[in-house]
Amino acid sequence: MSDILTTDNISVAFGGVSALSGVSVEVREGEILSIIGPNGAGKTTFFNAVTGTFPPSAGRVFLEGKEITGKKPHEVARLGLARSFQNLKPFAEMTLLENVLIGRESHAVTGMLATLLRTRAFAADEERQQQKARELLAFVGLERRQESLARNLTYGERKMLEIARALALEPRVLLLDEPVAGMNPTETGFVMELVRKIRTQGITVVMIEHDMRMVMGISDRIYVLDHGELIASGLPHEVRANHRVIEAYLGGGKHAPTH
Amino acid sequence: MFLQHLLNGITIGGSYALIALGYTLVYGVLKLINFAHGEIYMIGAYLGFILVSLLPALPPFFQGHLLFFLLIVFLVAAGLCALYGFYLEKVCYRPLRQAPKLTPLISALGASIFFQNFVMLTMGAKDRIFPQTVGMTTYTVAGVTGTPLQLAIILSSVFLMALLWWFINRTRLGVAIKATSTDPLMASLLGINVDTVISVTFMAGSFLAACAGVMIGLYYGTINFTLGYLGGIKAFTAAVLGGIGNVPGAMVGGFLLGIIEALGAGYFSAEYKDVYAFFILIAVLVLRPAGLLGKGVHERA
Amino acid sequence: MSGRRLTHDLFFYLGMLLIFLPFMGGKVAYLPVVFAAVWGLGRFVRFAGENRGIVRFREGVVTAVAERQRLAIALILAVAVGLPFVSSNYLIEVLTSALLYAILASALNITVGLTGVLVLGFIGFYAVGAYTTGILTAKFALCNFWVALPLSGLAAMLCGILLGIPALRLKGDYLAVVTLGFGEIVRIFLTNLDRLTGGPNGILGIKRPSLGPFTIDQPREFYWFALAVLALVVLAVARLVNSRYGRAWIAIRENEMAAAALGIDVFRKHLLSFSLSAFFAGIAGSLFAVKQGFISPDSFTFYESVLVLCMVVLGGIGNVTGAVTGAFLLIVLPEFLREFAMYRMLVFGAVMVAFMVFRPHGLLGSRLIAREAVDREDAGAA
Repeated sequence: MSDILTTDNISVAFGGVSALSGVSVEVREGEILSIIGPNGAGKTTFFNAVTGTFPPSAGRVFLEGKEITGKKPHEVARLGLARSFQNLKPFAEMTLLENVLIGRESHAVTGMLATLLRTRAFAADEERQQQKARELLAFVGLERRQESLARNLTYGERKMLEIARALALEPRVLLLDEPVAGMNPTETGFVMELVRKIRTQGITVVMIEHDMRMVMGISDRIYVLDHGELIASGLPHEVRANHRVIEAYLGGGKHAPTH
Repeated sequence: MFLQHLLNGITIGGSYALIALGYTLVYGVLKLINFAHGEIYMIGAYLGFILVSLLPALPPFFQGHLLFFLLIVFLVAAGLCALYGFYLEKVCYRPLRQAPKLTPLISALGASIFFQNFVMLTMGAKDRIFPQTVGMTTYTVAGVTGTPLQLAIILSSVFLMALLWWFINRTRLGVAIKATSTDPLMASLLGINVDTVISVTFMAGSFLAACAGVMIGLYYGTINFTLGYLGGIKAFTAAVLGGIGNVPGAMVGGFLLGIIEALGAGYFSAEYKDVYAFFILIAVLVLRPAGLLGKGVHERA
Repeated sequence: MSGRRLTHDLFFYLGMLLIFLPFMGGKVAYLPVVFAAVWGLGRFVRFAGENRGIVRFREGVVTAVAERQRLAIALILAVAVGLPFVSSNYLIEVLTSALLYAILASALNITVGLTGVLVLGFIGFYAVGAYTTGILTAKFALCNFWVALPLSGLAAMLCGILLGIPALRLKGDYLAVVTLGFGEIVRIFLTNLDRLTGGPNGILGIKRPSLGPFTIDQPREFYWFALAVLALVVLAVARLVNSRYGRAWIAIRENEMAAAALGIDVFRKHLLSFSLSAFFAGIAGSLFAVKQGFISPDSFTFYESVLVLCMVVLGGIGNVTGAVTGAFLLIVLPEFLREFAMYRMLVFGAVMVAFMVFRPHGLLGSRLIAREAVDREDAGAA
């Protein structure tokens, strides 16, 4: 397996405070990789740095061998790196279908003139994108609510919508920021199944998660961050046994990886 | 000639600075541009006019002690304007604290239109001439012509800024304002009543704007109900120039803008006098959004 | 209400009276009347927003219109086309100016309503369009109206792009202030570039357009012409809204960060909406120039910008038909209140505040209302 996403010593500092220092990871194509660590360890900062939301102050990021450091978020997304957000950001006043269609934007081909004249090409393209969007909503189990407004969804449904929306980009790599936080065990089981299915479609999944049943259950490999530094990496059972990890969690409090 | 323009610039700049402080104080606490602030300044000028016009009807004591009388005029006008500021916040901003960004802005525009038309209806649409009171004799020192009024205006601006400085750094309420600007959540956790702080901020800003209004009225001699719009925009430019949210920045920005305008009008073209402020505003926002003295990135506001 | 609350309220309102007192002079007696009016207006707006019956009626209307869209549009168009037959020339003039404002409001709705970018100097683009037509057809008589019309739109669009490229990097209030500055700069230049613009006196003798043997000269004919342009603009905006462009704009308004993460180039989409808005405003300006026959900087003040903004807000932000409705309400209604002309703007300002405080979604609201109704049915069925 080759590396699809790599970071080379990336660091992020906010006004002199170091949030991430010299983190190097290699994500292999087709794997499910988890990033864990206590709250404030720099996990979301890592996602933000990789996707260009808040570019790293030092270091480099590569996607499929091409450097993407400092590229704008929309450029990174179009290159095949999609993400979800920890604090949900659905387009509240749009329908579910429209939400997913936003993710199709980079695949749409009709221009302004065709849109204004409502040409046949426009109709065909629109239909194609809607078809794809409906499939994705069905994939995450929301097909029956496609005409509802996103703001009327439950918390769990919103998380599903975020995943569908990110998948609409047809990404090579999907970054999920705490996909099951706040979900009940049934929902968590559904998401686990979903992530596995996403992987079988050839999409590499990198996720930040606190739910250890989920992490230990489906991850191929795990990276552990603490205080902005990478302190361990390896297979789930290796990480679980790593004393630095246990220390970090016991020192940091609540989410010890004991399950 | 240069010194002459400089003196005129500083005189006007002082009142820009006083109004700019109101924008900056409110922005610091609420992260919101108080678009109706210029109208408070205009109302201050009109209150000054109304009070000064009362002079002939007052006991001779006041005519004998003009400076004392003017002090009272300033205090009453500024005090009333502080109340205007209080009500403005209470009616137009407080109910919208959680609303989307656009909402308070439009409500502020509504308040502006209301105030302007209220003054137009009650005081007339024509220019009002300030009764001549003090300091109209001119003195020429080293080729620079000025009036005692100009000197008084500059001194009072500086005095008021010093007063604000003292208020923010040396009083409990002032320190509370500072704390709230830095971190509103932390401030409220520390037991600071944020609502009170916001009210006081609006009142302090309006107090200063009213003083500027009275000064400008005395200085130019005529006032108009549309005064607040241009004055407000220019003062806002001054605040942005110095870095909005930054108190010393607003002071520096005000004087700087006044001087630039006076020099521009003197050396280039007086017709375009009002354009300079807008060009500076756009240039500063685009090139250096944090302002000359600004620190953090305010762009993401 | 507790005694303490009562005292508090008493002081609150007495204080409010006190600050207005110095201005009232001999007219103190009016003060309670003004206050009662403002207060009553506020109550009414709140009542209209909360009263079940009214809300249901409004939802019913919106849903019915949404369901029979073609019929509704046909009806409205029929009435609009027929109106001049039963109106006086004066009323036709008023309606025509409402049509022009409706074009402006629809254009501004693209940036303010759909993309969520507040523009305060919008009238600057209108002015650029009007003066382009004035200069090309009258001042230097270089071409006829039909050539000048698109050029006016393009000139305004060019201004939009030149202003947008640096300014759209700013956010929210800052951007609003920059656009306000733009509007003022345009006006000051128009006043002072005497040789090109005629200075404060403006440009006179702009002829109404003609096409072959036909002249669009009578108020009635010009009304129909403006109506046709408005219909085209509304159609264009509606089609853009229901396409990937509109979806991307709304997504940016809702959440810029999420939109960017989904591959939307926020800056380019902003610039697109900004320049389109400017283009339509330029077209409206061109129509204004030929309608009036003369133009001067006085027609393009900050107040006009605010007025157009209010039309968008009043009609419901982001609502295509709302912008048109808002324009007609704000232009036609005051005509019926001519006796109160003096107090018109005073009430107008107060209504703006009341609306924001009690009914921030505008009269028609966004299309949310209809959607909400659908969702409620879904929930009921499930």
